[in-house]
Amino acid sequence: MRKIIALLGLGLLFNHFEANCQQVNVIKWPEVQEVLTTSSDTTYVLNFWATWCKPCISELPFFEEVHKKYKNKNVKVVLISMDFVKDLNTRVIPFVNQRNLSTKVWLLNEPDANEWIDKIDSTWSGAIPATLIINNSKKKKVFFEQKLDYDRLVKELSDFL
Amino acid sequence: MKNKFWLALVAILALGMATTLFFRSQLAQASPNGYGIGATVANFTLQNVGGNSVSLADYKDKKGVIVVFTTNHCPFAKAYEERIIGLDKKYASLQFPVIAINSNDASDYEEDSFDNMKKRASEKRYSFPYLQDITQAVAKAFGATRTPHVFVLKNEGSKFTVQYIGTIDDNYQDPTSVTKRYVEDAVNNILAGKPVVVTQTKAVGCAIGWKDA
Repeated sequence: MRKIIALLGLGLLFNHFEANCQQVNVIKWPEVQEVLTTSSDTTYVLNFWATWCKPCISELPFFEEVHKKYKNKNVKVVLISMDFVKDLNTRVIPFVNQRNLSTKVWLLNEPDANEWIDKIDSTWSGAIPATLIINNSKKKKVFFEQKLDYDRLVKELSDFL
Repeated sequence: MKNKFWLALVAILALGMATTLFFRSQLAQASPNGYGIGATVANFTLQNVGGNSVSLADYKDKKGVIVVFTTNHCPFAKAYEERIIGLDKKYASLQFPVIAINSNDASDYEEDSFDNMKKRASEKRYSFPYLQDITQAVAKAFGATRTPHVFVLKNEGSKFTVQYIGTIDDNYQDPTSVTKRYVEDAVNNILAGKPVVVTQTKAVGCAIGWKDA
């Protein structure tokens, strides 16, 4: 019993540590713009999601896995939350901590989405989940207005590496 | 024999050109899988939460309709709910009412079941029909992809044409910070007999859950 409690305690500590590691940055459009225009040879995987979007949540583990496997290969995964900024502390941060997400999470606080949706991709209707893979130095990008699975992500990424 | 060969060749070339042209014209539309601006809307008939069925043709005496694809569950739709109610309050008396349609697959979100739609409509006292698009055929015909997704239709002699496609306004998070009221602007222009200025906008929204997906 004591062992279990000790383990639980360790687990909690670990969770706490992890929680402290991960933050959710509330960002404005220029930060996304920078990713879209940087000349570095980094492949960015931008996933648009929200805590209440079921298909988004079901694909999150695949992005987490890609983040872990490809972080040494110049691949950066960013989960861009479309949650409302008022839900940051009550929903988004608890969600990210509970899932122990190590992938970078941004909350894009730009409610006039008509101004920026086309800049992500002109074919995007605005529905989530949606994912953009982009590498400017290779002049390559692909966009998906749909749910993706791990194999598909890896297959699409292979064209960028 | 030779004639047949040339005939076949010409037929194949013509078919190829027609296909290319067809796809080009499809691509030229902003909503490649649905109605574009100016398109004529086919009549539809759907079940209303009140138990009756409602057709677009029932609105033949109105100046137009504001068709809103929405859901119970989607936070964007919830954020816009009061504004949708407000649109009907403002424009129904000007012969330009709201029709709300829920096309979401209710097996994805129990909140979108017909019973829950009924509950929501009565709790919030919807002054407009709230229709269930159970086969999703209407959403597909319109090319609706997300909620809320608005189509403003002008009626001229029972012919309904699409005049605006997009979002209600430019701030889903905070109605008090809105600066551009796209749907109101479109309806005001139609009522004034003027062309709609901004005909298409985009917004982030919940993807409509398709049954075959």
